[in-house]
Amino acid sequence: MTDISERSRAEVEAILQGRSRRAAAISLVREAALVPVLIVLIIVGTVVNPAFLTASNFSGIGAQVSALGVTVVGESLILLIGGMDLSLEGTYGLAPTVAAWLMVPVLEYGSGLDLSPYLAIVILLAVGAAIGLINGLLIVKGRLNGFIVTLGMTIVLAGVQQGIVKGNTLFNLPAAFNYLGAKEFGQLPVSLIVAAVIFVGTGLFLRYHRAGRAIYAVGGNREAARAAGIKVDRIRIGVYITGSVLAAIGGLMEAGRVSAVTGTQGYQEGIIFAVFAAAVIGGVSLRGGRGNMVGAASGVILLGLVQNILDLSNVSNYWIEAVDGGVILFALLLARIIGGEATAE
Amino acid sequence: MTEAATSAAPAAGDAPAVEAAGIYKQFGSTQALRGVNLTLQAGRCLGLVGRNGAGKSTLVSILSGIYPPDAGEVRFDGRPAPPLGAAGEWRRRIATVFQHSMVVPELTVAENVFLGHHPGPAGLVDWRAMRQQARQIMADWGFPLDVNQPCARLSVEQRQIVEIARALAAGTRCLLLDEPTAALERAAVTRLFERVRQLTDSGVAVLYISHHLEEVFEICQDAAVIRDGELVLTSPVKDLSKERTVAAMVGTENPALAAAAPAAAQPGEPSAPAGACLEIEHLSAASPQGPVRDVSLRIRPGERVGVTGLLSAGVTTLARVVAGAAPYESGTVAIGGQPLPPARRDRALRAGVGYIPEDRQAEGFVSLLGVAENGTMTIVDWLARRLGWFRPRSRSAAMAPLARTLSIVSAGLGQPVGELSGGNQQKVTVARSIARQPRLIVAIAPTRGVDVASKSLLLAELAAVTERSGAGLLLATDELSDLDICHRVVVLVRGERFAEFGAPPFDREALIAATEGLAVAGSGDGGPPQQTESDERGTA
Repeated sequence: MTDISERSRAEVEAILQGRSRRAAAISLVREAALVPVLIVLIIVGTVVNPAFLTASNFSGIGAQVSALGVTVVGESLILLIGGMDLSLEGTYGLAPTVAAWLMVPVLEYGSGLDLSPYLAIVILLAVGAAIGLINGLLIVKGRLNGFIVTLGMTIVLAGVQQGIVKGNTLFNLPAAFNYLGAKEFGQLPVSLIVAAVIFVGTGLFLRYHRAGRAIYAVGGNREAARAAGIKVDRIRIGVYITGSVLAAIGGLMEAGRVSAVTGTQGYQEGIIFAVFAAAVIGGVSLRGGRGNMVGAASGVILLGLVQNILDLSNVSNYWIEAVDGGVILFALLLARIIGGEATAE
Repeated sequence: MTEAATSAAPAAGDAPAVEAAGIYKQFGSTQALRGVNLTLQAGRCLGLVGRNGAGKSTLVSILSGIYPPDAGEVRFDGRPAPPLGAAGEWRRRIATVFQHSMVVPELTVAENVFLGHHPGPAGLVDWRAMRQQARQIMADWGFPLDVNQPCARLSVEQRQIVEIARALAAGTRCLLLDEPTAALERAAVTRLFERVRQLTDSGVAVLYISHHLEEVFEICQDAAVIRDGELVLTSPVKDLSKERTVAAMVGTENPALAAAAPAAAQPGEPSAPAGACLEIEHLSAASPQGPVRDVSLRIRPGERVGVTGLLSAGVTTLARVVAGAAPYESGTVAIGGQPLPPARRDRALRAGVGYIPEDRQAEGFVSLLGVAENGTMTIVDWLARRLGWFRPRSRSAAMAPLARTLSIVSAGLGQPVGELSGGNQQKVTVARSIARQPRLIVAIAPTRGVDVASKSLLLAELAAVTERSGAGLLLATDELSDLDICHRVVVLVRGERFAEFGAPPFDREALIAATEGLAVAGSGDGGPPQQTESDERGTA
């Protein structure tokens, strides 16, 4: 039944041509839905401050959003399988904290183990994977609700993070550890390049890989996916692990960018709202099965621009968070109106 | 008997209870309804029949105020329908009992009956009055239901009663029953019909939507046939024949569909007699859908075996266990000689079991994904090249021949399956199950919710697949007419093998008697006659 005679091949091509053109047009409109908003933001930014439309400013935005972006990729994957993970912000803080603590001397609040930065990065990834595995097992095998599990996990992770460094900040991190977040390649931040590679790679994976398609199937209808022979539990746990590892990488980028790991990185900064907002603005459905990386990326860029414009404008520091949150809520409404979820029943 | 519902009942013979005039409705590029005129008279039951996708559901939605028509008008008792948002107004005029139950399981019967319009002053709930009134309605209509129990404990039949009682409590004099017998046992169907007669006798207008022509012929006074969004036939039932009705449903331009039926009804000899594609030994499994106790069964390649029984006789459980979708406690299941571990659908798939699940909405497809992606979901490992990467185009290429053999109608293989009609969704599920060239196909109620003509096609295709490929078929169904394609039929009673029928044609009376646990030899007092006649005979 899989071999196709020549006669039917022509037929298939005909069907594909007609359909794919229409589908492509539809998805283009949907994916491009945020482009006008981005253009408006760029115009606003240019008016607000002449320094906005410069290469160095954009390079700065890139460095700033790449950590968020990589975490958004992780959250988007988890949302796509119909889950949610609030603890990504905890992982984003704890994983680099553990890694830094293993490298830094006792006098500077580290462990004094003086671990090599390369090994520390491996451990950072392992911490991410372990947290994802625990979440995945509790949610999938333990059949606990993902919201409450990851909410609890967030608190635990933030507590461990505080406990390890006793509220202090870890400075003087080795250059190799900071490389990902701090280094620039010409005008381009390395973190931005890596984030772009992760976005593109994940996008291709979701579209052209078995497991990527299985993610959509599991998120769209878990029981149907199971009946079709997909190893649903394995996919779900795998995605929780991947999401946490990506959050750990995001944390590494952030630590490198500021050349330090603070006790507040992640949870106390409350980055999870921005993570969810970027994904949802980009059209990733909170109910699973719908969304893509083009959308997620435009959500991240949009938040980055908003943040940057607020920094460049003369909004009082005391008010900046209120304005930031308000703009995000407005963007959510806008994204809902122009596409994304509006097509859901 | 009718004290509870005297509010707004005009005498029969006035303006029709419901009148739809010139209804047009378009969804995207699909013209779902084109100028439908339909009248429902008080005290009469009108049967609405049509193939999947003919426009029945759209018409129901418009008549119950869920969608506005693009053109045309709905009138109740000669007066124009209330505005679309006024749900309460609509419900006082017309109430729909949907296929999928609309009761809130956590609430009691009484609360469900008065859902949204609890009696009591100023928004407070007068619990005593509510229970009292609910009990009164149940008593008036002779519904045997305790109003204080939570609906979660009710059977499908009892939930239907709750929904009907809800309509009566609102003073509704017009009921739309949307495939009310789909999930009912035979005895429950008989009781439902008595209730419908009781309702029409007291002046309620009923619109009865069903895939079973026999039901329409049994309880309806009038019948209307809808095809491609148009009413093509409206007539009193007594002037109609089944042949004419089916011809109207299928349309004269497509005699092939009607002709497909006899092919489905004649199983030949199993093609390859040697070996076994399924061997079940002393299988026992517990399940809320009915346990299986010590069942043994062998299916040879090319052999089609039907399994039937009452709702909780374990038929579904047995099939789900074999498909790897449900666990079992003891015994063995072997697919082509390989043992199958409990509840491992992925292993069963790789061992060669194609699976057509019972509830296609829940397990049959992913509605957001396209036809090709759903249909080939079971063979991604075949389509994939190195390290699991594959081209989406290879999916469409693999799906196209399947879509053609099953005549799946879609706007392209990329169209999300959720947008297709029910019958086509079922075909996608079938495609998914046969795409992997299975050694054994497990089908649970594959024709449920599929119209008469498509039903024959679907069964014929299942039979043809087993003929072509030598796959075995395990057909678990309570639809006796489906069993005509089987070589033999096993009847389960309370999870145990009760009887086996060797060769077609199967004696329907005897089958029904066996499902009820009566001796096979005895003629038995068969169920209601509408269940014993096959749909296919109507078309032959």
